[in-house]
Amino acid sequence: MTVLLTPLASIGRSTLALLSSIGRVAIFVARTLGHVVRPPFYPRELAHQLLHIGWLSLPVVGLTALFTGGALALQIFAGGSRFNAEAVVPQIVAIGIVRELGPVLGGLMVAGRVASAIAAEIGTMKVTEQIDALVTLSTNPMKYLTVPRVVAATVSLPILVAVGDAIGIFGGYLVSTTRLGFNEIAYIQNTTDFLEVWDVTSGLIKGAVFGFLVAIMGCYHGMKSGKGARGVGRATTNAVVSASILILAANYLLTELFFNA
Amino acid sequence: MIELRDVHKAFGRKQVLRGLTLGVAQGESCVIIGGSGTGKSVCLKCILGLVRPDSGQITVGGQDVTQGDRDAFLARFGMLFQGGALFDSMPVWQNVAFRLMRGEGKRPKAEAREIALDKLRRVGLTGDVAELYPSELSGGMQKRVSLARAIAANPEIIFFDEPTTGLDPIMSGVINDLIREIVTEMGVTAVTITHDMSSVRAIADKVAMLHAGKIRWHGPVDQIDTADDPYLRQFVTGSADGPIETVR
Repeated sequence: MTVLLTPLASIGRSTLALLSSIGRVAIFVARTLGHVVRPPFYPRELAHQLLHIGWLSLPVVGLTALFTGGALALQIFAGGSRFNAEAVVPQIVAIGIVRELGPVLGGLMVAGRVASAIAAEIGTMKVTEQIDALVTLSTNPMKYLTVPRVVAATVSLPILVAVGDAIGIFGGYLVSTTRLGFNEIAYIQNTTDFLEVWDVTSGLIKGAVFGFLVAIMGCYHGMKSGKGARGVGRATTNAVVSASILILAANYLLTELFFNA
Repeated sequence: MIELRDVHKAFGRKQVLRGLTLGVAQGESCVIIGGSGTGKSVCLKCILGLVRPDSGQITVGGQDVTQGDRDAFLARFGMLFQGGALFDSMPVWQNVAFRLMRGEGKRPKAEAREIALDKLRRVGLTGDVAELYPSELSGGMQKRVSLARAIAANPEIIFFDEPTTGLDPIMSGVINDLIREIVTEMGVTAVTITHDMSSVRAIADKVAMLHAGKIRWHGPVDQIDTADDPYLRQFVTGSADGPIETVR
């Protein structure tokens, strides 16, 4: 009988563990949102985080978009030529970058760069008692550390996505006009005629959601980091993995909501 | 000034505090001694409200620590953390002036900096270190900066968590003397936790020995060598033989 029950018990345990971690994250999110609207605010910290999360992520996001746009143009040209539809390259590149690849790849790159950095920094602060020191200096760590990071990521990711969109489309343009024989003016004309405002804004909304997820996961795992180098290492890994998976899952849900409802 | 009554705290199945009762009078320097893992740090964190006890009552100046305005309550304290706990993202003077530049008693930057430099001088550091980052300092200097931060806002109560851990004997002596001087000069109530007997003799008015989550012995510092408690005896002499288990 116990042999039969063992797998059931382990399924039960994992389910409970999953549910309790969802609960903990939900409480963390609710507390963060509560602190976003209540003073004191730390504008200097916010500015610092905007610089670190937003501005310094530009090269990574830009390069990702550039190469992705170029590769996308080659693939669509090759695929489209199978049924004589090579001419759709500008349109498909634009819609592919703006709606999907811009926000998702931008989000994933920022997850790798920022969620890890946040988790490592806050985790180290926790391990070295700097978080306790903040509390004894009458400063709430949620307000001082979490809120500026979450707000900065949520605000800066849509901007990064917008820049990434432009660079991605430019990557497609560059490859199409130099390697695939497209006319420069016609390419730009086709792109601008085809794209609708909602294509772009939906991608920007996705960016904001992904930015929020990245910072929340970085802060959450940092704040509950275990002791020592091992604890901080694990927190960093968990932050990047959970942020990436949540980005992909949220992307599906948002796409369903935006384009299939 | 500080009263702990029958405080219990467990982490999971591990019972750390098992009915801790201790009183520290105003202006007194109390040193809590005890082996590693006996609950000394947890005791301090309970008083500060960083850790919530499972049962028992803790009052500071008659006020229950779990009630009232947290910021006003914490403003009465200064704390020197074991590893210094300096914020490595900001220079030394901003660490010292951290509380002065935020919250209720917020002062202009120039004034906060002036006070920070003054406190740094008090702990024996010159203005040169003010612009350095904590990672550029030696262990002894970090302790001094941390001490300067603890006294920056003129607290009524200061906690010292293992003030000499990781320092050489000479630097330990310097820090101990500095703590004693500051405590006497500012007239603060001080609680120090340590397992370094040289700190005990230098800093303490009263000594409390924590063992198995309870106060095992409590008395004036000049009685620690004559007291007949076997646990205290073993700790003070640093003997491997005695009632305290050495495998922990």
